[in-house]
Formats: sequence, structure tokens, C-alpha cells
Amino acid sequence: MTDEIKTVGICGAAGTMGAGIAIVSARAGFRTVCYDMTEDGLAKAKAQTEGFFGKSVERGKMTEEARDAAVDALVPATNIAALAECDLVIEAVFEDLRTKQELLGKLDGICPDHTIFASNTSTLSITQIAAGCQRQDKVVGMHFCLPAQLMKLIEMSPGINTSAETFDAAWAWTEAAGQLPVRTQDKPGFILNALLVPFLNDVIRAIEAGVAEPADIDKAIKTGLNYRMGPVELLDLIGLDTQVRLCDAFYPVTLDPRASAPPLLHRMVAAGHLGRKTGRGFFTYDGNAMFGG
Amino acid sequence: MSYTIIAHGESRSFPTGDVFLTSSSAEAEITIHIGGGYEPDPGKIAVLVELGTESLGAHTGEQSGEEGDNTLGFARFRNGEDAPSNLIELVRQPNTDEAALKAAKELFEGAGFEVAVCSDQAGRIIDRLVRPKYNYALRFLDEGLAAAKDIDFTCRMGLGYADGPIERVERGGLLHHYEVSQALFETYGTPAYAPARRAVVAKQRADKDTK
Repeated sequence: MTDEIKTVGICGAAGTMGAGIAIVSARAGFRTVCYDMTEDGLAKAKAQTEGFFGKSVERGKMTEEARDAAVDALVPATNIAALAECDLVIEAVFEDLRTKQELLGKLDGICPDHTIFASNTSTLSITQIAAGCQRQDKVVGMHFCLPAQLMKLIEMSPGINTSAETFDAAWAWTEAAGQLPVRTQDKPGFILNALLVPFLNDVIRAIEAGVAEPADIDKAIKTGLNYRMGPVELLDLIGLDTQVRLCDAFYPVTLDPRASAPPLLHRMVAAGHLGRKTGRGFFTYDGNAMFGG
Repeated sequence: MSYTIIAHGESRSFPTGDVFLTSSSAEAEITIHIGGGYEPDPGKIAVLVELGTESLGAHTGEQSGEEGDNTLGFARFRNGEDAPSNLIELVRQPNTDEAALKAAKELFEGAGFEVAVCSDQAGRIIDRLVRPKYNYALRFLDEGLAAAKDIDFTCRMGLGYADGPIERVERGGLLHHYEVSQALFETYGTPAYAPARRAVVAKQRADKDTK
């Protein structure tokens, strides 16, 4: 069935995650329809994407021909009807159950019967998301890691009604795209966020409790555990507003106190200190270029 | 900066043969107590006391948040029986003498260590943060969320970790994890610190072996 996946649609392609997934898809040779609400947002994503590919060429990771082919494979669209030609649609829209269900409901009426819907949700139930459409057997969890254009891992999870054929086809596509899938269950946060979201909240609570300064926490974790990136730096990269949204999605389902957003996180967001994207989170930053290349 | 090491027992930070032990000298500006003991000495720039799971206050006493003098706690982070890392967690109290803190930091950094300063709270930085995560990973394994190798692979690939939580906690020893988690659980009462079932099993088996 992977051979039948020629065209991939990305919903939310102007966002950080959507743009990264589009890069993965286009780089692997798939025609990639990048759907989002505004032309301006798509234009900004395109500029960042071209910058990313340019750096990849400079660093010898990609030929100029491959770059040109990847750029040509990207098709921007602000009309959702453009996704009608897709064999696989990956949604990376706002992390909200109703939003995702409504999107799948719309796609149901647009895409052909064979089209697989994949959700990049990091916290929500695949089964519940799939309930928004009439093809629950063709919905699968496909959680990319941030930054998607660099990270190979994908958490793959079937919902209760996902068919084995759909799961296998989606799995095969991730491998064809050069990614490394891992099978997990349709449980809140799958593996990565089930461990990461509470851990990062613990880090914020430690800062709030005066255990250590953010820089000391990062130094301790990087040196003591050999992590490439400190957790505070990671929080700033993820975005503190995104961390709030993750908590808001995660906590009501799990009722795990560690998954609830710490008060300091709310205060940082209210102050506009969202992390790297605003130039200031727990640390301060210059520039806002797409990570890696 | 010179230092005198006073050994009260086996040190987890600087095991026998560690090069740091060889540079100890008599009558130095800083005294370092390793292996569980402590004796105040106001005449020194700093007195450093090696900590296990206990707070520095257990050695120095506490005075309603006003505690602190020239004594600092420290621990070189070590994952169970793994070799000690290059990290020194340096523990200060609210009124720790700034000159003592500066001297202690310079001493360890001069010896090639990375130093992270933290307040005197149980678990310091790393154990406070990672023990709940290890407990969760062990629970996920019990609940069948994914195979151990996939949990570890996901963390390595998804987060760039050098190793995954299951392999790390098992390599360090589930009994060690039990002891640290239990100490934190007794201090904070937070369920996330309650040792995971697999760590409890390790403890039960260790107890059985000693009977």
C-alpha cells in the first residue's frame, strides 16, 4: 500500500511542526500539499523551509538537485479542497480534540476513500480523534518529534478501530520517508510526552521552588546524564505556551498532578516570555531561524 | 586552591583510587569531609561535606531559614554503581557565605568538574528530577505501553538522550533507585517518588538474600 502513497497532505503546514513534517515528506520525494489558513503563514514557512534546505546543501547533506526537487514537491494551499488528491493526510493542527475531529470530518468529505488520515497529536487519543470521521479504520497516530525535519523518531499508535492494513501502510510510509517508527499504544502522551511533559513540569517547579537557577539545572542534567540539551533549553524550544497546551490536554485525561501546568509556567506565558520564538523564555535568544539544516 | 580530605568512610563521589583524592594536602584552606562525617571549622575558607540522600541541614542543623556559614554540601552525581560523572552538585543554604561558595566552586572547577549550585533540598537537582521519570518508565513497562527497548529507543531518538530510562535505571541498579526514591518519598510524600513495583521487587529480593 506504501507504493500507493504518492501524494501527502499536511494540515497546519505553516506551524513549526507542520513545516517540519512537510520537509520530511518532500525530502523523501513525495508530492506534498501544504495546507494552512493563510497565504502569509505559508509564505513564511516556505521561506524558512528554503533556508533549511539551503543550509542542508551548504553542509553537504543534500545536493542542489535534491534541494530543487524537494522545493518543487511542496505545493502550498489555502483551500482545503487541495487535499483531495492526497493518499495520506497528516494533521498537525492545534492540539485540541474538537479541532482535530472537525478537521477529519471535513477531510472525510474531500478525500478519496483510500486516503489515510494520520494525526501528529502528542497527547490526545487517536481513537477519540478518529471518532470525528467515518473512516475510523483509516486513522492512525503518527507523532513526529520536534524539530521534525531533524528528528527521525515517530511514535506510531493505532486507535481501537484502526485496521492493521492502515497501520502497516502508515508505518511503511514513515520508513520510506527515512524515519524510525516505534509502536506504542493509544494512551495519553504515548511514550515520549508521557515521560517528558511531567518531567518538564517538575523542572519548572524546581525553578519555582528555588532549587537551582535554570542554567544550573541544564548544566546538571547535561553533565550528569549526558543529555545533549538541557530541559530548560528544551522548554524554551518547545515554547512555554505549547507546554501549557500540552498540560491542558494531558492533565484532564490523566489527573496526574505532575501533568498540571505549574503556576510559574502560566506567569511566564502571561508575561509574553514564550521561549525561543519570542526571544525570551527562561533564557534570552537572538534570531529566530529554523533549527538545524 | 589547596584542600584537605577527611575520610569517614567510603565515598560515592570519590571512590578509592580517584585522582581527586591524591591532591589532598594537610592544613589546606578548604576541608572536605567524605564518607558521611562532618565537623565545623570556622577557621577555613570553606568546609565541604559529602551528601548522600540527606540534606546538608542534617549535618549543620537549621535555624528557620537563617542557616548558613562556611559549610557547603556536595555530591558528585553517580547513577547507582556507574562510574561517577563529571558533575558536582554544590549545595548551599540561605545564608551560606559567598566567599565559601566561590572558593568551593573554584576548587571543583579547577579540578576539572562541572559545578551546578543548588539549594539544600532533598534530591538536589538530578535525583529530584529523574526519579519520578524512572518510576513512570518502570510503570509504563508494567502496563504494556511499549517494550523496554522501545521506551529506551524512543527517549534516545526523540530526545537525544545518551541512554533510555529503563536501561539507565537498571544499569545503575533498581535497588539503588529504590533507596533514593524511598528517601525522597519519605521527605516529600509525593506519590511520584514512591518506588515503582520493579524497584520494590529489587528491594525485596535484596532483603531475601541477606536473610
